[in-house]
Amino acid sequence: MRTIILKTASNYLLPLLLLFSVFILLRGHYQPGGGFVGGLVASIAFVLHAFANGLKSTQEFLRYHPGIAIPIGLTISLLSGVLPLLSGLPFMKGSWFKDPVPVIGMVGSPLFFDIGVFFVVIGVTLTILFTISETAQE
Amino acid sequence: MELILAILIGLLYSAGIYMMLRRSMVKLLIGLILLGNGANMLIFLLGRITKGKPPVIPEDSAFFTEIYADPIPQALILTAIVISFGLQAFAITLLKQVYKVIDSDDLDDLNTTDDDI
Amino acid sequence: MIVAVLSGFIVAILLIFFGKYFRGKASVAFSALPLALFVYFLSMVPVVSSGNTLSSGLRWIPSLNVHLNFFADGLSLLFALLITGIGFLVFLYASNYLKGHIYIDRFFGYLSMFMGSMLGLVLSDNVLTLFIFWELTSISSFFLIGFDNDNEESRKNSLLALAITGGGGFFLLAGFILLGYVGGTLSIQEMLQLSEVIKGHQLYPWILAFVVAGAFTKSAQFPFHFWLPGAMKAPTPVSAYLHSATMVKAGIYLLARFTPVLGSHYYWNTTLLIIGAITMLYAAFHAIIRTDLKSILAYSTVSALGMLTFLIGLGTKEALIAASVFILVHALYKAALFLTAGVIDHETGIRDVTKLAGLRKVLLPVAIGGTLAALSNAGIPFTFGFLGKDLIYEATLAFEDFGIWFTAAAVITNIFLLYAGFIAGIKPFTGKLPVAYKDVHLPSAALWLPALLLGVAGLFFGVFPAVIDKSIIQPVVLAIHGSAVDIPLKIWHGFNKVLLLSIITITAGFFLFYFINPSNRYVKFIGKIDFLSPQQILSNGAYKIQHFSTWYTKTLQNGYLRLYVMVIVFFLMALLAYKLFTGVYIYIDSSQFHELTLYEVMVTGIMFIAILITVLTSSRLTAVASMGVVGYCLCLLFVFYSAPDLAMTQFTIDTLTVVLFVLVLFKLPPFISFANTAVKIRDAVIALSFGSLISIIALEVLNETVEKETSIFYGENSYALAKGKNIVNVILVDFRGMDTLVEIIVLTIAAIGVFSLLKFKISANENDHV
Repeated sequence: MRTIILKTASNYLLPLLLLFSVFILLRGHYQPGGGFVGGLVASIAFVLHAFANGLKSTQEFLRYHPGIAIPIGLTISLLSGVLPLLSGLPFMKGSWFKDPVPVIGMVGSPLFFDIGVFFVVIGVTLTILFTISETAQE
Repeated sequence: MELILAILIGLLYSAGIYMMLRRSMVKLLIGLILLGNGANMLIFLLGRITKGKPPVIPEDSAFFTEIYADPIPQALILTAIVISFGLQAFAITLLKQVYKVIDSDDLDDLNTTDDDI
Repeated sequence: MIVAVLSGFIVAILLIFFGKYFRGKASVAFSALPLALFVYFLSMVPVVSSGNTLSSGLRWIPSLNVHLNFFADGLSLLFALLITGIGFLVFLYASNYLKGHIYIDRFFGYLSMFMGSMLGLVLSDNVLTLFIFWELTSISSFFLIGFDNDNEESRKNSLLALAITGGGGFFLLAGFILLGYVGGTLSIQEMLQLSEVIKGHQLYPWILAFVVAGAFTKSAQFPFHFWLPGAMKAPTPVSAYLHSATMVKAGIYLLARFTPVLGSHYYWNTTLLIIGAITMLYAAFHAIIRTDLKSILAYSTVSALGMLTFLIGLGTKEALIAASVFILVHALYKAALFLTAGVIDHETGIRDVTKLAGLRKVLLPVAIGGTLAALSNAGIPFTFGFLGKDLIYEATLAFEDFGIWFTAAAVITNIFLLYAGFIAGIKPFTGKLPVAYKDVHLPSAALWLPALLLGVAGLFFGVFPAVIDKSIIQPVVLAIHGSAVDIPLKIWHGFNKVLLLSIITITAGFFLFYFINPSNRYVKFIGKIDFLSPQQILSNGAYKIQHFSTWYTKTLQNGYLRLYVMVIVFFLMALLAYKLFTGVYIYIDSSQFHELTLYEVMVTGIMFIAILITVLTSSRLTAVASMGVVGYCLCLLFVFYSAPDLAMTQFTIDTLTVVLFVLVLFKLPPFISFANTAVKIRDAVIALSFGSLISIIALEVLNETVEKETSIFYGENSYALAKGKNIVNVILVDFRGMDTLVEIIVLTIAAIGVFSLLKFKISANENDHV
């Protein structure tokens, strides 16, 4: 699997795919996309990197265990659901900033919820794949 | 076209069930995935198929101006796909561990309790 | 009144923490609780006897109409006095009877809980609260019967008692719910006004059947009587308290309580009469052939309960008066007899009446108590029992249609009961004292005083009935019968048929007592025809059901996954096909279908081939790869049919799945062909027929018009309410955000599962085991 071409390409592909995944995530409310797909694309980016450079170097590149993304994502999602409670609204009631942000559109609690989903999906997918490929060599 | 899709769904179901009736654990898993695909297709078909009209409101409008594909089955299936990934990952891992312990892919080696292993 | 009812529970709860301080002599202190309650209820007598009721309440679950409302009328008060009065004596007795038992605090906890539940039962106004207390008595009785939990028989019998009384409780609940539905109220006092409505309703037979089933199981009526003799495994104070004076009377209480609501109806009277008569005769017959003291008493109790049911079934004014008096009469003498039997058992260790004799020489106060109780039971003039018996005969004679037969049944039962009472209460004390019992000492007063007090009370009420007729009995009759009656209880009625019957009863009973000695021969004889008894039939039935379930579990749960799959598929096919071919007109309406295009045909064609390869290939890698192809084609189909989100998700997930498979699979062995061709063809037929069924169903559903209401709602409100234009995404993160939240939690669990499965190292000793 470790060919020079793939190795070189993946170095450029990783940032590009990550950027793409964030793009998919943010535009999800207006165009096809969203947290699930975005997260999956980001995971694929890392998996590709791991295939090209070896699992070790991807893990070193990431520095933290990908599992850490799961609690972060869950917290973001939960917070976006809980925050409306503080202002007396029901759980998960959507609320938005008044003015739309260019490119993204309206920024509101559903977007943060989707960002949480994004992180959870990345965390889950990478945890599963990395764990399995780590132990596959045994 | 619906006729062909219906037959396709039937085939996916048949293939899934057939694979699940085999003794190999890997085949069982593949069968499960095929069955899942069949179920997703079934939901999708029964929500009626529409060509080229995604359930996305046009950019310059605040509401739909023409007919659009039913978004509910799509949301359902999207959830199902993602969840089934979790299920598959877990099942594959389980399969791997089982293989490590009993050194066999045969389901019939599993119908004994721990003590007999 | 609420505090009074709940005090038993409070004491029971406190005992959990402070029980260890009460294990020694301090256990006498518990009897203060029933005594205090007894005095409290006694203070209500003046109010209630003037025809009023006392009530107090607490709103508990307003949404379900369940309230802790309590009220005391004559009937409730009679029972409350019995529960606390006899309770006091039993508590006192038990503190000595179980002296030194390591779990004595536990025993008193159960006993207090029982007393509380029993009080709750008789004082509840709300039928659902009544039911709760009813079940609580069953549960506390379970613990008390099984108190000697080292003994297998104890455990078995306590379970039997719980099964019967608890099971009956469910019927009762069903009856109460129906009553609440028909009457529109859960309050007993309000139901009293609705008697005609309830009796005229078409559900009346069901209500009757359920309520009566509850009462019969609790009060040990035939054919549910057998748990009561079994319950005699309990310590004797428990038998005296629960199984003669109070708990088994709960069913009688229930019947009496609902007489004004459900009574005076042909069904009601017939059911109660027949069951009551069978029970009293059947159990009376059993009582005279037993030799174990407690068995004799148990069967005579069942017989007396049958008598009470019978009297309530008669339903006339005389019968209800007789029942009211007999409840009290029986409670007094039967508790006394049990307590006497308990002392004998405690001091000699023997309960076989054929071996017991002459104990009056060593246990004189006990002998007096027992004899008085036996005399009251016999209905000797100047005892309370005499009054009870007179009233019963009056009631049966006054009944027009079958009066003679009823009277005959009552006379025979009473003769047998007299015999049984004499055997239990007098026989052990008469005759020559065997050498073995020379060393028996009179125990402390706490053991013999209760029986003596109860015996004396029986005599006292017999001589001075005026003490209780207006104050206690009359309000009871008022509560059951619904109208005030003037019933001066008299000792002397003059020479009439009733007196003649009493004389016949007493003479015949004495005759029996002198000429027939209890013998183990009869017990053996009964043992031979035991297979006909309801208990045997029931336990055999239970055994067979267990046997059957073992058999079919082994057949169906045989450990072969594919058989499970097959069973599920067959069952599903049978159901679906039956409904499809009987209820649906099958046709294919192709006018609505989309036209075929080349690229669609190509994609589906590839899918067909890929599926076939997946199934048929013998290489794992090929199978996984073609499965991936199926997934990608599915993704293309999503693209064609306007589902871009789905297509993207399917694409990425499919990629990751294949990666997963490849990562794991290359360690596994290649496919081995386990099955022969015949099996493969069989499986293929099953699978294909299931698939075709699904296809047909899919096509039939397409014929129906589709309901789009929800979709249209989402479509219209997506931008207006959620400021999003991609409706699928809006549904996921906004409209149904909660579901998505749960979904990502599920995903997290899957990741943790995978991680721990692979990373968790089996520790060394567990490894050895494997």
